[in-house]
Amino acid sequence: MSADALMPAGADALIEARGLRFAYEADRWVVDGVSLELKHGALAALIGANGSGKSTLIRLLAGLRSANAGEVLFSGQPLKGIPRKRLARSLAYVPQINPMIFPFTAMEVVLTGRTPYTPRFRFENRLDVEQALKALAMVGAAHLAPRPVTELSGGERQLVAVARALAQEPECLILDEPAAALDLKHRAALIRILRQLRDRQGMTALMVTHDLQLLDPAFDRVFAIHRGLLLAEGSPGQVLRDEVLSRVYEDPQVRARKLEGRTFVWSGT
Amino acid sequence: MDASRQDSAGAGSSPEPTDSSPQRPGNACRAAPRNLTRPLVLVLLFLAASTLVSLWVGYRLLDLSVLREDETARALFFQLRLPRVVMAGILGASLGSVGACLQAFFRNPLAEPFTLGVSGGGTLGASVAIALGWGITLAGVPMVFLAAFAGSAAAVLVVYWLSRTGDVVMPGTLLLAGVVVNLIASAGVILIQYIADYSRALQILRWTIGTIDAVGFDRIWRMLILLIPGWAILLAIARDLHLLAMGEESAASLGVDVRRCERLVYIASSLIVGVAVAEGGTIAFVGLIIPHAVRLVLGQDVRLVLPCSFLVGAGFLMLADALARTALASGELPVGAVTAVIGGITFLGLLRRQRRFSAI
Repeated sequence: MSADALMPAGADALIEARGLRFAYEADRWVVDGVSLELKHGALAALIGANGSGKSTLIRLLAGLRSANAGEVLFSGQPLKGIPRKRLARSLAYVPQINPMIFPFTAMEVVLTGRTPYTPRFRFENRLDVEQALKALAMVGAAHLAPRPVTELSGGERQLVAVARALAQEPECLILDEPAAALDLKHRAALIRILRQLRDRQGMTALMVTHDLQLLDPAFDRVFAIHRGLLLAEGSPGQVLRDEVLSRVYEDPQVRARKLEGRTFVWSGT
Repeated sequence: MDASRQDSAGAGSSPEPTDSSPQRPGNACRAAPRNLTRPLVLVLLFLAASTLVSLWVGYRLLDLSVLREDETARALFFQLRLPRVVMAGILGASLGSVGACLQAFFRNPLAEPFTLGVSGGGTLGASVAIALGWGITLAGVPMVFLAAFAGSAAAVLVVYWLSRTGDVVMPGTLLLAGVVVNLIASAGVILIQYIADYSRALQILRWTIGTIDAVGFDRIWRMLILLIPGWAILLAIARDLHLLAMGEESAASLGVDVRRCERLVYIASSLIVGVAVAEGGTIAFVGLIIPHAVRLVLGQDVRLVLPCSFLVGAGFLMLADALARTALASGELPVGAVTAVIGGITFLGLLRRQRRFSAI
């Protein structure tokens, strides 16, 4: 299944998926038997064509959906058995689209990231507010704190969503195309933040992305899925190759070239 | 490694507290935890004022000196006016809090018991019970309450089932389904009125408009048996609703059990609306305008908006009922008509404002 399974199966996996299968309708498998291991402290990317099952797979990994078959282990424990609140302290999820109807302020949104740490009938205290501000500052969005999120641009909202996840102080961050709405500078900044958190706190992150230029050399590991199956996994250098990417995207014209230590990917003539 | 620091300084127009200095003057209000005193004082003042006003005005103005001296005035006050004001408060609190709950849960500022057809379903259920006879009780609980509860619950289920596709509740379909459920329910009520005998048909007609009749405390106690659990559920899930108002997936990832919360919203809202409808008829738009008014003054936090909508809703309906009692020199207006006029106009205004958002 995995073309480049180089890493031996070890105990140091933070998230481990075993034979995951998932279908929204009967017998149309969106995720069709995926096994993978996300190591502690790894910055990993999940790539694949539109509709290949990326978002569904990370929802399964984040415990937002239950698989029809197979299981997910988090720190060696079955994900299903972990109480929600405890899981929310260790695992944060940044959804792809975050439609906002009510004009909550960015601060209010980020403060909800403190929910797993506050009792049900208590509002956030000064410490929580400080944490939220810190998270906002980390993504370079502290100035957005008092602004209603309904008035923010797509990219700014994306930053707020990431800040909320960071306010959860998670061990592991799962992000669904967080870079999609971000400009060049903020894209690079987001990757920098993820690397920083990995280096300083050993945070693990898995990020869905279509922007293949981001991957090499910033990421430790790349998973490529194709029609619900894990087609390739390995270091960016191992996955970002013409023959692998052509299969992942079903496009014979995909080219990947290394230039000044980075891999650039394009398609077409 | 300083990149993000630079970044924030570069992007921010004001000096930002990068790590632990959130107590700068410019950021003081942002860095402080939410202040709960001001909103609570405001809301309680409003509630106290509206209670006093609605106890005072009516067919006859009753103040303390009159109450102290006049025997009949005292009887009038304790047997008619006080229970009626309490009833208005209970109904307003119920509708206001359910409105706040439904708006957050469906992430739709136009959601409320009336627009979602919950009141309509309750009306149909209660009409059936009235056609069979007001007085029937089941283990002490009036049949009308139970039938209205069943009708409301059925309406919520139908509306939600229609508008939910996969993970998304489509706001347009939600309101459309509510309208259709309302139409079907009112058609059902008309049919029942035709079939039922004349006096009961009149009873149904009078009641559907939404009136708060002179009731004894006995009936209020019976309502409270059903309402208090419903209110308690709403208050208990206020934080979950706060998170859900920002998106279902992110709420789930923060530890909210979305399915359980959904069930609780069903049960609590149909229980509360069912009982409110059975007692007061369709009092439209209270559930809509109260949460909006509260948000205008206190902001968006659902954990604050929900309990405050409860209190402000109580005050508002007491005032609306006082207006209904006194607007005409002889007789009185149905309070449902008063709230429908005020609320309907507000609804149209909101609809117009909403066009700016792509949400609907």
